[in-house]
Amino acid sequence: MWIATIFMALRELRRNVMRSALTTLGIVIGVASVIAMVTLGRSATARVTQDIASLGQNMLMVFPGSDRRGPVSVAATPFRMDDVRAIEKEVGDLATVAPTSSKSELIVYGNANHTTAVYGATNTFFVVRSLKIQRGRDFSDAELAGGNPACVLGETVRKELFGMQEALDSSIRVGAVACRVVGILEAKGQNTFGQDQDDFIVMPLTTLQRRLAGNSDIGMMYVSVAEEKAIARTKARIQNLLRDRRRIQPGQTDDFNVQDTKEIAKTVSSVTGVLTALLGAVAAVSLLVGGIGIMNIMLVAVTERTREIGIRLSIGALASEVLMQFLVESIMLCTLGGVIGVSLGLLGSYGATRALSMPFEVDPVIVLVAFFFSAAIGIAFGYLPARKAARLNPIEALRHE
Amino acid sequence: MQSPPSEADSLIELRDVTKIYGHGDAEVRALGGVSLRIARGEFVAIIGASGSGKSTCMNVIGCLDRPTGGSYQFRGVEVAELDLDQLALLRRHYIGFVFQGFNLLARTTALENVELPLVYKRVPAAERRERALEALRAVGLDGREHHAPSELSGGQQQRVAIARAIVSDPSIVLADEPTGNLDTARKAEIMRLLIDLNRSRGITVVMVTHEPDIARWARRIIEFRDGLVLRDETNEATEA
Ligand SMILES: Nc1ncnc2c1ncn2[C@@H]1O[C@H](COP(=O)(O)OP(=O)(O)OP(=O)(O)O)[C@@H](O)[C@H]1O
Ligand SMILES: [Mg+2]
Repeated sequence: MWIATIFMALRELRRNVMRSALTTLGIVIGVASVIAMVTLGRSATARVTQDIASLGQNMLMVFPGSDRRGPVSVAATPFRMDDVRAIEKEVGDLATVAPTSSKSELIVYGNANHTTAVYGATNTFFVVRSLKIQRGRDFSDAELAGGNPACVLGETVRKELFGMQEALDSSIRVGAVACRVVGILEAKGQNTFGQDQDDFIVMPLTTLQRRLAGNSDIGMMYVSVAEEKAIARTKARIQNLLRDRRRIQPGQTDDFNVQDTKEIAKTVSSVTGVLTALLGAVAAVSLLVGGIGIMNIMLVAVTERTREIGIRLSIGALASEVLMQFLVESIMLCTLGGVIGVSLGLLGSYGATRALSMPFEVDPVIVLVAFFFSAAIGIAFGYLPARKAARLNPIEALRHE
Repeated sequence: MQSPPSEADSLIELRDVTKIYGHGDAEVRALGGVSLRIARGEFVAIIGASGSGKSTCMNVIGCLDRPTGGSYQFRGVEVAELDLDQLALLRRHYIGFVFQGFNLLARTTALENVELPLVYKRVPAAERRERALEALRAVGLDGREHHAPSELSGGQQQRVAIARAIVSDPSIVLADEPTGNLDTARKAEIMRLLIDLNRSRGITVVMVTHEPDIARWARRIIEFRDGLVLRDETNEATEA
């Protein structure tokens, strides 16, 4: 009888192609949109977190100025090389310190020119920022100590200036300084916010200070902590040391600040988390609308279906047999719609995450919730009116209007 | 199989059956106390004016509707005591019903419509098909097996309904105006089919008609008026 019931249900579905298609469509839209939106939201969050992690693991950033999130205030006293040495001594093996300073400059090679950020740094900068040198080398001790004009190019700058030509060992002009290209960085691509992460060049800190900036300021320091559990300790030590060195009295606010990439990540992902929730809410509404659509179709079909039930009952079907058929029908429709919806939702969000170069993060709970919610609506509204009709005597069911 | 009607052999026995629709002022007394006995193997025609309660009585006999009052015994079983499922099983195994309005499944082929009672009787697919085709042939609808009701004329739909009623080899066929939409030649054909079922297979036939010509084919004629049996007599001069 099971097989007969399934065949009968299939025949009914085929007999009512339009109704079947519309019901399925309602479920497909509801399920697909919820899955797509939530997946996209989660993927964006994951991408942002990844970007921040790619700044470097377990990293502290030390800025002059007290404003935590705003731009560095002009009045803040910059750091000096002795601050860097003092911190290195203080933190010892716990961490690597990378002092940097930056400036925007016009870079020229032959007829090509490009304005970009120039970072003055030591070789620890590459380590701390997880920048890999694809070809060439980092700076020699002589270059670092002597302030020699050497530079390592980000991929974007290399492409802008050299295109297909060989860049290594060429001489480019950075502002007013002629400078030899000693290395090319591996490309990192865009981050979540669409920023090009390869649009900069690096030169020895001393070179930037002496030849471009004309001072010995250090704009900020990256401090890469060896172990995650040492972050808090290292942060506190640096803060105490700098307070001391910069003569900050107890109760006075610091004129520098130490940021933790973990903290930044937390802040940013709380923002994207809100966005995900918002997208989820929009999607939930579409799931609801899809559900109401299904409900409508099912209810409109009740009159015809009640007559059908009357006919089946009158030729000797048991109420339970008719109901089983309706249940199988609803389950088949909803499962079909659910499977198509899940596939479309996953496929769509997969495509979108690839296009936006985001990681593909699926929440199986959402997939299940979306699937079962719409399936429940479909089954309930396919089954409940049928149950009501099957409880009538056949003549009443046949007379139904 | 055929034996003369006797009390012991009675298939259907209504005693003072009433059927009342609606309540209060809107109350309609469709059957006002009907008593009849129909034996196995009888061929009965029910006649009467429109609204006299013929269809209502057929629905009660067919176990499709339960009487408001009185007693109805089908094969010696008191129908009032049965639940909906037990009534459904009676219909499945013993009753073939031809509705006044056909009541075929829409967008379903003639063949599938005729197969339906056999599906619920758990007849295997191949045999089901064979028997459905045979029933359709018996009502002269070969070649129309794969047409949906909307692609058939009224008379053809009526014949599909008859095929559906006889396909499951019921012990009684109840036909409400089975010849209503047919031309004279077709009418005779359907009547011959019903009489043949009655004679050769011993199937009891009760049919409703408003045409005296058609009623004359039956061996017994019951006339209804205002929900009551006005006349119940044996027709000596059957045409068949
Ligand atoms: N479901 C119902 N609700 C209310 N009244 C009904 C219902 N069914 C039938 N009736 C009434 O019961 C009476 C008998 O109806 P029935 O259908 O049995 O007549 P009939 O003899 O078959 O007539 P016809 O020859 O026109 O088919 C009629 O007055 C009709 O209006
Ligand atoms: Mg009638």
